[in-house]
Amino acid sequence: MLKQITRALLSRPVTIDGPAAGDAALKELAGKVDALAQKRLGRSLAIRAIDAGSCNGCELEIHALNNPIYDLERFGIRFVASPRHADVLLVTGPVSLNMQEALLRTIAATPAPRFVVAAGDCACTGGLFAGSYACAGALESIVPVDLRIAGCPPTPLQLLEGLLALLAASAGKMPARP
Amino acid sequence: MSDSRATLHAVLAGLGQAVPSHLPWPRHVLDRASWRQLIDALGHRRWPLLGLWADGSTVHAALEDHSAAAFAVASLDTEDGTYPSLAAARPAALRLERAVRDLAGLNAVGTPDDRPWLDHGQWRLAAPLAADARPATPRPATDYRFLPVEGEGLHQVPVGPVHAGIIEPGHFRFHANGETIVRLEARLGYTHKGTEALMRGKPPAEAVRLAGRISGDSTVAHALAFSRAVEAAAGIEAPARAHWVRATMAEWERIANHLGDIGGICNDAAFPYLQAQCTVLREKVLQACAKAFGHRLMMDAVVPGGVAVDLAPEQAAAFAGLAADLLPPFEALCRVYETKGSLLDRTVATGITPRAEIERFWPPGPIGRAAGAGRDARLAPGYPPYDELNFAAPRLTAGDVDARVRLRMEEVRHSVRLIQRMLVAMPDGPTRAEVPPVAGEGLALVEAFRGEILGWARLAPDGTVARYHARDASWLQWPLLETAVYDNIVADFPLCNKSFNCSYSGHDL
Ligand code: SF4
Repeated sequence: MLKQITRALLSRPVTIDGPAAGDAALKELAGKVDALAQKRLGRSLAIRAIDAGSCNGCELEIHALNNPIYDLERFGIRFVASPRHADVLLVTGPVSLNMQEALLRTIAATPAPRFVVAAGDCACTGGLFAGSYACAGALESIVPVDLRIAGCPPTPLQLLEGLLALLAASAGKMPARP
Repeated sequence: MSDSRATLHAVLAGLGQAVPSHLPWPRHVLDRASWRQLIDALGHRRWPLLGLWADGSTVHAALEDHSAAAFAVASLDTEDGTYPSLAAARPAALRLERAVRDLAGLNAVGTPDDRPWLDHGQWRLAAPLAADARPATPRPATDYRFLPVEGEGLHQVPVGPVHAGIIEPGHFRFHANGETIVRLEARLGYTHKGTEALMRGKPPAEAVRLAGRISGDSTVAHALAFSRAVEAAAGIEAPARAHWVRATMAEWERIANHLGDIGGICNDAAFPYLQAQCTVLREKVLQACAKAFGHRLMMDAVVPGGVAVDLAPEQAAAFAGLAADLLPPFEALCRVYETKGSLLDRTVATGITPRAEIERFWPPGPIGRAAGAGRDARLAPGYPPYDELNFAAPRLTAGDVDARVRLRMEEVRHSVRLIQRMLVAMPDGPTRAEVPPVAGEGLALVEAFRGEILGWARLAPDGTVARYHARDASWLQWPLLETAVYDNIVADFPLCNKSFNCSYSGHDL
């Protein structure tokens, strides 16, 4: 163990430079964030992830955001356990009807101002599960969505670009909603 | 029939005609009387139930005969929508029968548990896989009877479906006496997406994309189970090189997931250092896979007939380099695990799978093999290229969290060595064969990182998927988790659960 720690102290960090906030995400967010949100949020974001019927592929890549290579927390973005502590709801999956009520209740338990992000093709459009008897499909068909991050699953870098755009938007780096 | 040494094949041959178009193992058509005889025979045989599913009004049960390394399917056309339940003879049938009722509307007569399972009363269709699927009458999701508990000083702890971490949704109902768990009952089905219904009518090349999303962490294994079932049904074999490329993908998938699980278990035992290190190694694997196959998780890379992407020579070289680089740091992490008393204190003797339950469910994969049971589908029945690679599956006996960690560690080493050998021995040649549009039925058994997947395909005369059923290993492992946590403290549940790491999506479909 001591050897491990010494080696870790002497070697360079494995963390990569963070990407720039995603252009597409910035565009989608422009004018969407209101002044109040900018006043209250902005220096950091607390995320509550909700699996609304994903295949678990999206979860794997969301998990990867926490590894030392992407190291999400250095940007002031972190995952929290309770929706009461969250600014962002990161939703995956094609909203399986069996999860719909739990999803809506979790969103309702999250104080405003809050952002709802659809992560992955399933949450964005229903993906391959659109039209199923067991899924509501696109997240925006049941709740307003602030940002969509496409991909099946989105890579950690794509997720990071989207979340950094959200951070920029909530920090007042773009015009507030009129 | 009375000869208890008769093999599975002999017994089934005595009970009903074999269907000629079912490959590679026989499927026998039973009538109600012989189905009952089969249930009797199961009473004094050790044949594990591998799966139970419905196709139209027919119910199919897949069985295994350890001693003869034989596999077979028994089928009953229910006619009136009912069939005698297997659950008393094979407890593993219980939830499968409940799922068959929810999805296909066929009722198991004599089942000890007639509660719905996957259907929470929210779907648009009732019995969506039945020929006469009708619009459903909604019922409140909370309308569910959990098993009753009696006794002094017991309290209930309901958890989920939304959990505190980044994990899949499921509900766990604990009954505890102080800190000690006296009963855990899981309620699953929250991620049911209607995958099997969506696959119907699609050409195999399209349906495989859905198969690859039954459980995203096992996308290669599920796509492989589907592809092998379709290839069996169509009577073709993928080209030799395709087998080797597929197995290379499958072993990287196993390594990546085991690294995630080993790290995750240690994290749940309050030792995040090992998780951080394991996730770095996992990330290296995923990045290499993305370079070689165009997708970090290798989704859509395995297709019926072969693979969508060949392994380029420079990527094979990169894999060889990664395999060599991976083991030294991994061994160092294993040594940390093995020498940390505070960590072992949490994992040793925690969450033991009881021997009696192992013999009732025969859990596949690391859960079974860490408890002295469990076949490895790569070895038995075996499939190419593993049949050309002489290797043994590691086994341990303790059946606790620690054994499940160590077994995964050993499997990582094995998989790395398998990859090294495959990169050397891989033949040249084509990597994809045409799948002819023909009717047929095929069964496949494929070893995912979590254990064996059963895939069963029936192709229509135009070659489209008439029915595909996937039984993820999780079906046979979830019930064991409930018994493994018995008498443990509630606070150790996350640790036990992570050491099982069953798939919610793979189970809920
Ligand atoms: S977007 Fe893709 S990876 Fe994410 S849940 Fe849907 S199918 Fe799975």
